[in-house]
Amino acid sequence: MKKFFKEFSKGIFKENPTFVLALGLCPTLAVSVSLLNGLGMGIAATFVLLGSNIIISLIRNFIPEKIRIPCFIVVIATFVTVVEMLMKAYSPGLDRALGIYIPLIVVNCIVLGRAEAYASKNNVFNSLSDALGMGIGFIWALLLISGIREFLGSGKLYGYKLIKGFKPPAIFILPAGALLVIGLLLGFFSLLKEKRK
Amino acid sequence: MNIAQILSIFISSVFLYNVILSRFLGLCSFFAISKETKPALAMSLAVMFVITTSSIITWLLYRFLLVPFNLTYLRTISFILVIASFVQFVEMAVRKISPSMYRVFGIYLPLITVNCAVLGVAVLNVDMFFVDGKAIPGSLFYSLFQGICVGLGYTLAMLLMSGIRERLELVQIPRSVKDLPIAFIIASIMGLSFMGFSGFKF
Repeated sequence: MKKFFKEFSKGIFKENPTFVLALGLCPTLAVSVSLLNGLGMGIAATFVLLGSNIIISLIRNFIPEKIRIPCFIVVIATFVTVVEMLMKAYSPGLDRALGIYIPLIVVNCIVLGRAEAYASKNNVFNSLSDALGMGIGFIWALLLISGIREFLGSGKLYGYKLIKGFKPPAIFILPAGALLVIGLLLGFFSLLKEKRK
Repeated sequence: MNIAQILSIFISSVFLYNVILSRFLGLCSFFAISKETKPALAMSLAVMFVITTSSIITWLLYRFLLVPFNLTYLRTISFILVIASFVQFVEMAVRKISPSMYRVFGIYLPLITVNCAVLGVAVLNVDMFFVDGKAIPGSLFYSLFQGICVGLGYTLAMLLMSGIRERLELVQIPRSVKDLPIAFIIASIMGLSFMGFSGFKF
């Protein structure tokens, strides 16, 4: 049980996929226009991560070493297809907003990275906690970035207007603003790390 | 097939919706390999080749296999598998035919499999050039052309970025924003200047 929490908590802060490992940046930048989109993407990616980590750690002893990457990709792509179909059926609005970034979860480095670095070497229970931790780490990073961008760029949070008379600079919901926000956040987190030493 | 459509594909995929600065595809390789100009150029050429050829392959796959058998929901799986095996094949072919070229390009090829730009363009082609499951006239040509243009846009961003980062080596910057954070901030400023292109009207 102690190991479970250790594996679980490392993804949230110490090895946060976005701010520390800098993985899976493409969807992070592209969909973090509003909190809702960020949350949708985070949950979709976490679902894929959970499913693929569990399946890969279950079949890890049957996969030949040389063709392991194609095998991982097939497992991951299957879960991505499931997410695609579920999202089309139950929340078509979110599906339209996320667009091509849903099929692109297949090539999200976080998912493939965890399969290669963790799930292919550890048992199901630990892989599950690893996936949960990484997923939650990804979700809170996405929420932070999309919260900042939505608030600064459109003056709202989760669709609600917060401050009256605040004229938002639209640059923050445009692509250039995404790069700026992430650049500054990455700088801030490495500053925190330096201070702690 | 008309000139206006071709021109708009060119402008929008090279400048307006630049694959890196606006669509955010292929960021991992963009930030990892843009430290020097030479490898950046080699990587860009390899990416351009793979994007172009894989847009043809995935178009054929979609048109002649997935659409007739009503299997379009298998798009993601089949595309990524075909791209991955194609890249593997190219790597083996290059290693066999020209070892000197393999030393320049070969090491980047496995990386391209998981480059989101390749799968992204394949999905985008299908979204744009198929209406209700039917190919629009000239659809194969448009897909091929969009592949080339996205590759050009990637090369442009890569060359600009690597040129800037080479000079950055000589500049004093705060330790905490060194490397990745400053690269993001530079990319953001580049993205701002690319936004100027959105004023063009056709």
